[in-house]
Amino acid sequence: MAMRNPQLNASGELTHLLTLEGLPPEVIRSILDTADPFVSIAEREVKKVPLLRGKAVFNLFFENSTRTRTTFEIAAKRLSADVINLNIGVSSTSKGETLLDTIDNLVAMDADIFVVRHSQSGAPHLIAAHLNAHDRSHVHVINAGDGRHAHPTQGLLDLYTIRHYKKEFHNLTVAIVGDVLHSRVARSLIHGLTTLGTPEVRVIGPQTLLPAKVEAMGVRVFHDMREGLRGCDVVVMLRLQSERMKGALLPSAGEFFKHYGLTQEKLAVAKPDVIVMHPGPMNRGVEIDSAVADGERSVILPQVTFGIAVRMAVMSIIAGN
Amino acid sequence: MTEAPQIPDAEATLAALAERMRGAVAFDAAFVGIYSGGAWLAERLPALVPGNHPVGFIDVSFYRDDYSRTGLKPGVKRSALPFDVDGATIVLVDDVLYTGRSVRAAINELFDFGRPAHIELAVLIDRGGRELPIEPTYCGARLAVARDLSVVLSRDGQKLRLSVEKQAC
Repeated sequence: MAMRNPQLNASGELTHLLTLEGLPPEVIRSILDTADPFVSIAEREVKKVPLLRGKAVFNLFFENSTRTRTTFEIAAKRLSADVINLNIGVSSTSKGETLLDTIDNLVAMDADIFVVRHSQSGAPHLIAAHLNAHDRSHVHVINAGDGRHAHPTQGLLDLYTIRHYKKEFHNLTVAIVGDVLHSRVARSLIHGLTTLGTPEVRVIGPQTLLPAKVEAMGVRVFHDMREGLRGCDVVVMLRLQSERMKGALLPSAGEFFKHYGLTQEKLAVAKPDVIVMHPGPMNRGVEIDSAVADGERSVILPQVTFGIAVRMAVMSIIAGN
Repeated sequence: MTEAPQIPDAEATLAALAERMRGAVAFDAAFVGIYSGGAWLAERLPALVPGNHPVGFIDVSFYRDDYSRTGLKPGVKRSALPFDVDGATIVLVDDVLYTGRSVRAAINELFDFGRPAHIELAVLIDRGGRELPIEPTYCGARLAVARDLSVVLSRDGQKLRLSVEKQAC
């Protein structure tokens, strides 16, 4: 018997969201479709629906991320759930408790959904497998970023944003630029884009910041920005994490900007209706010039707004399955 | 289907519903259709009922009371009420009134857009079987059907059709 995708229940419905890798295209499309009506909730007098009333969402952030935690919190509150934020790094684990003991304790406090951010790849997967194995499949796990592995809700909000502006994926050229090596955002987006049938996904960056066998993910590799951006419909800039400078992967931020920083001049070779995305937080003058970030092709702030709706969709789909 | 009841013609029933609303409904009442059957009817009614009737649509999926049993169905649509709900007279429009639970959900959702002055209810078919104290203000026809059957409104082009089908679950 083939091993079941741990994200899906026996009926093939999504019950955890751990990664976009291996998710059927119809499941991804269904999440994007469901996010659409949630976007309009924000335009109402009462920006709330009663769907998750009485449910408890635990934000477990073993690694800091104010923005991601905040958007999950807003999403859960707009669904009428109760939200408990735990900054685990400074509580139980520092007293020696194991990850799974922490989870068992929180389940005993009637948690319904765990939103997990962890510096170690696979931590959310471990939690989901533990819950499934111990007959607690009514408790759901959402990966909010694990190590270099995956950040599926960011990938989904990127897909939602692209679909919002470009309608279809089957005719698009999408470039992902910068530090692909350390980016779980890039991995999730690449899986999502290829699953939905995007014909050309490019990665652009210096050899030192691209994973060794990145072509195996179905992308074209470019080291030259102007070549890579030519004819693109979508450009996704990745954050250059300053700590990478120390690892001798890059000479300097200024040098990086010269070659791979997105400027109006470099963007001019893309299609005239190109959209520019960035998962945030941005380093202006390192990977992106302010004129582009604040320019008319930028959809960076709509991404944030769509991110709340996408997270509402994910929570309401998994909690109902 | 030997015991199937006489199924009324959808277009004739819509005409009968409009006849009951004519003169009785406020001149500026908004018609808000519950997806999907009610939405088709709400689109048609302004041409049949004199007045100045804005049209809106509501998808009650986020307000249903069976979410914890059935989960969220795919294909939820945006609710769109392109008028000021505060102080408005609203006629909720649905194809088939049965338990009353969808109408309950729709009323709850309307209040998240504002505070309407009046809410009325227009339905094409009232099949009885209420589980909540909800009654239609305007009704096209009553139809008695067995519990294991569902009354379905479908649309072919602009033409509406009613049928009675065995329930899927």
